[in-house]
Amino acid sequence: MDVTVAEYIRRTVLKIPRDEIKTMLQKWGFLSETQLQTVNFHQIKENISQDVVQLCEENSADIKQAAALDIIYNHIYPNKRVWSVYQMNKTGEETEFFDLTDFKKKFKRRLRSALKNVTINFREYEDNAIWIRIAWGTPYTKPNQYKTSYVVYHSQTPYVFISVSVLKSNLPLLCQALVVASNYHDIREMELRSHSLNSLKDIVFKRYSQNFQTYYPRPLQEGNVAPESGDLRIIQENRNEKERIQRVNQEVFGDGPQPKLEFAQYKLETMFKSDPKMDVLDEKEPFRCLVKFSSPHLLESLKSLAPAGMADAPLSPLLTCIPQKARNYFKIREKKGFFPGSFVSP
Amino acid sequence: HLATSLPLPSERDHLRPRIDLIAFMIDIKSKYSLKNVEASLAHVDANFFLGKVCFLVTGVGRVNYCSVEMNAIWKLGEVYCSPVLFCELELEGIRVATAQRLLRMLRICAGHVPGVSALSFGSLMRHSADD
Repeated sequence: MDVTVAEYIRRTVLKIPRDEIKTMLQKWGFLSETQLQTVNFHQIKENISQDVVQLCEENSADIKQAAALDIIYNHIYPNKRVWSVYQMNKTGEETEFFDLTDFKKKFKRRLRSALKNVTINFREYEDNAIWIRIAWGTPYTKPNQYKTSYVVYHSQTPYVFISVSVLKSNLPLLCQALVVASNYHDIREMELRSHSLNSLKDIVFKRYSQNFQTYYPRPLQEGNVAPESGDLRIIQENRNEKERIQRVNQEVFGDGPQPKLEFAQYKLETMFKSDPKMDVLDEKEPFRCLVKFSSPHLLESLKSLAPAGMADAPLSPLLTCIPQKARNYFKIREKKGFFPGSFVSP
Repeated sequence: HLATSLPLPSERDHLRPRIDLIAFMIDIKSKYSLKNVEASLAHVDANFFLGKVCFLVTGVGRVNYCSVEMNAIWKLGEVYCSPVLFCELELEGIRVATAQRLLRMLRICAGHVPGVSALSFGSLMRHSADD
């Protein structure tokens, strides 16, 4: 077995949490059950990985199997990478039958015609998701198995989720290969990025609970409603306002859990508006400014701002439109015309 | 009675007892809360500022998250001639102690302590803070 392959397998096993190693190796299916029985999964990970490599030696593992293990790891722990969403379009309405073999063949051929030194591996999952792992090399060096990009393509949709990692220069080539292989016309990057792959899928496949704009006349609230379950000596003067905030929040955010995003970024290219007496920045150039919101769970924290008394309800539509518009990176320019304001560029 | 801002909703005027003490809570982590308090102060009758108003600044345990300037808070206390109390709501001990302080102040403001008026107590508190 190639020494680099052995090392790669060893390092991949070390990444896996100890309690999960056995299950993941079983999923992998490269080592037989009897072989797995011989490994003590309670020893330290360093030793477990050595034992596993030893067994792989016996089975003569090659890079293809090692790559398969890596895909399985990334499929179970996708949140360790940052994913961007891309959308493909095709001209014309023909819904062609998706041929997986054809897709794989075309993809490999396209990629390899431009760059010979690449390792390409595929794995299909039940939800029509095709996972593609690409290890990049250069025209003069072999593929670096530690510099990988991942692509998740749901063949029944025009969406592709890409985790590029380091070598961004290979991105155009990757996009081209995807378009050609899937018989689409072109591909564009949606301004939507997150660590949580499932949340990105929820947003573009509209799987989160959305607010449906229904209009129904609300019954007039009586001033003094039944007392709260808490201490009866505490009287909430602004109960109506609290209820209004809850209602507005529910309308905007829906009832269910929000998709998990870590950032929202707004690039402002608007004019600085100051008091004319201050005479600051009186030029005609836009004031460039970047506003970034970050949080372990951005949408949930936005949802809790108004009930916590930290912001007025309803929140700015620039914040609440994120799931509907399926983007969390925005450019805001001046609105041209009579009304000074700002509009969000498409 | 808890309120998020002033003025109080008028539809409940007939249900409200006499107000003896107003404690304005400012979260030191939120500029929004200071703004809210400043806007609400405009709706308070001048009589309250004779010892029946105090400012309660919360969240002082987390120094890293201070968003409101201390100068702004001291100034507020000065301008409105009212004492400023500090507490950290997340710690039970401090929470209980602060509640007890407020309760003592409330007794005085309601006139339950003979010989001590809200005004005299208020000026006592302000002068001790200056020292």
